[in-house]
Amino acid sequence: MKIKNVNLDIALTHIITRKRQTIVAALGVTIGIAIYLFMNSLSSGFTMYSRNEIFKNNAHIKIYKEDKTSTPLSYTTANEPLPILVNPQLLSESKKIINPNRLIEQLKEESSITHVFAQVNVDVFYNNGKTQLKGTANGVHILEADSMFDIASYMIAGDLNDLAENKNAIIIGKGIAENLNLRLNDNITVSSSFGVVKLLKIKGIFSTGNSFTDKAKSYIQQSTAQQFVKEDIAYVTTILANTKNQEASPQIAEKIQALTPYTVEPWQVTNADVLSGDLVRGTMMRAISLSILIVAAFGIYNILNMTVMQKLNDISILKATGFSGRDVITIFVTEALIMGAIGCLIGIGLGTLLILALANVYMGPPVGYFPIYFDASIFMKSFIIGMLVTFFAGFIPALKASRVDPVEIFRK
Amino acid sequence: MENRKIVLQTEGIGKYFHDPVTFKVLDDVSFKAYSGEFLTLVGKSGSGKSTLLYCLSTMDTNYEGNLFINEEKITGQKADDLAMIRNKSIGFVFQFHYLLPEFSCLKNVMLPALKRKQYSMEEVEHRAFEKLKLLGLEDQALKPASKLSGGQQQRVSIARAIINDPDIILCDEPTGNLDSKNTELVFDTFYRITRDSGQTIIAVTHDLDFAKASDRTIELADGKIVSHHKSFN
Ligand SMILES: Nc1ncnc2c1ncn2[C@@H]1O[C@H](COP(=O)(O)OP(=O)(O)O)[C@@H](O)[C@H]1O
Ligand SMILES: [Mg+2]
Repeated sequence: MKIKNVNLDIALTHIITRKRQTIVAALGVTIGIAIYLFMNSLSSGFTMYSRNEIFKNNAHIKIYKEDKTSTPLSYTTANEPLPILVNPQLLSESKKIINPNRLIEQLKEESSITHVFAQVNVDVFYNNGKTQLKGTANGVHILEADSMFDIASYMIAGDLNDLAENKNAIIIGKGIAENLNLRLNDNITVSSSFGVVKLLKIKGIFSTGNSFTDKAKSYIQQSTAQQFVKEDIAYVTTILANTKNQEASPQIAEKIQALTPYTVEPWQVTNADVLSGDLVRGTMMRAISLSILIVAAFGIYNILNMTVMQKLNDISILKATGFSGRDVITIFVTEALIMGAIGCLIGIGLGTLLILALANVYMGPPVGYFPIYFDASIFMKSFIIGMLVTFFAGFIPALKASRVDPVEIFRK
Repeated sequence: MENRKIVLQTEGIGKYFHDPVTFKVLDDVSFKAYSGEFLTLVGKSGSGKSTLLYCLSTMDTNYEGNLFINEEKITGQKADDLAMIRNKSIGFVFQFHYLLPEFSCLKNVMLPALKRKQYSMEEVEHRAFEKLKLLGLEDQALKPASKLSGGQQQRVSIARAIINDPDIILCDEPTGNLDSKNTELVFDTFYRITRDSGQTIIAVTHDLDFAKASDRTIELADGKIVSHHKSFN
């Protein structure tokens, strides 16, 4: 073997002649990287899963009229000499969005927005015999809603098209069906607080996996919903919009807010609790996996430290014959990086096997396959972090080696 | 001798050790070494011979006074520059061989030349082989350094010391561990080097025969030079 670079040559010779130590050091990194990769993929998987859960029910941006609280105090003016105190309370204003079509047209022109549609939300009671459940009926054009929420993918019975064609159809959550003991094509009595009662036919049942949603939510035609609140065809309570980049929703929401007096809420605000949970879990996973990686790198540190201690003579003669401190650092850091690279590559292989094994575990509905997510960037990140940690683990003993005083060694 | 080129020169070199008590291990050491000179350093054990040699080697920089090599002032230069000077101009032979055990003899000899990067890999290999041949080791070239006898290892270390054709070869008791046959071989090699290629050898030795056969002997006592010439009683 002829290697041009003498420092690399020495490093490789040390590595090759000390196979056992090399393997032990590399194995530490292998396990560290495998766990790092695995845990980060798990974390990403959980985050993806929880995002998917969120977007089954939430648009990226929601526009609605917020409940207003009456002001507690009206101040003295010239006309009204006496200040009036009022107990703060919710104002029972209509939730109607005025002139929704204009806003929808404006949103459709925004390049960052992919889907927009209006919805009529109605608070309703679902009845079957004496049993009653409280919930919300979403008056939608079901195919529009499907293009945003992919409702079809979590339907467990029935067909979305039946709702599109039938004014007296309803699609209900699995929880409603179970609690009211109802099946597909059964009739269900739905009533609103406006005293409107309708007998609707169940044309579909969905299961989002969120029991709270499944026990309360249903889809009906928009006109049916408008009838429930005794309003005309212009009545709309919510406008939903999806964006190209879900992470940028808050910025886009801010832009939209300039167009309308109604509340424009990005999904991050609506789901702040879920997101903070994700953040805590992600941070914990990262901290744990990084700690394991650092412990693994400690193996390299240890073994290199030992090598330096055993090679004081060699280091001294190299320095005596003209190798500089930097050459010595290069030699030992190269050794660390070679061990690290071997460890990282095998570790990524092992991590991939772990991930693939888990990705093939079927959890049953509604989760499906175990939620684990990985892409090239996670592999890249694992490799880079592994090499970085290795570099520092090698640099410390290398620095020590470069500071060996040959005179002190030769005197012995 | 005096009209030949000065290769190494010291001016009033002094050095202290502070452990366990402060004492002056070298005191006002001034001398010149000329090209092609075979110079020996003698003195009782503890007189400061090794300490002086390390100051000359540029590896110990903690002394007072000045050191010149090839008329260039060495004292005060940066560590990296000193490393380069050692690589180019100084060869070392110690009592112990300090060969890298994982490498072949040939590779051990090549290392300082590979660091220097003056010649191609093939040329370096060829030169290293020539040096080994000079020391009668051509048959051992490809063996691992750890597989040789003590005398052979010491000869490999001499080949390593001369691979870059340094102006000066510094030796600290180079024959201290050798039997008489190997001692003779080493001495002959040194003698040839100084005569044939005009390199300078400064060797610390206990061996009076070795010193007697050299061109000049400097005697140290308590860190001072007590004689510049041969005066063996
Ligand atoms: N690192 C050191 N610290 C303190 N004293 C030392 C050190 N190295 C050598 N000495 C002392 O310096 C003196 C000279 O040592 P040295 O140069 O090795 O003598 P020589 O080579 O002539 O036998 C001795 O007394 C020795 O004990
Ligand atoms: Mg000595």
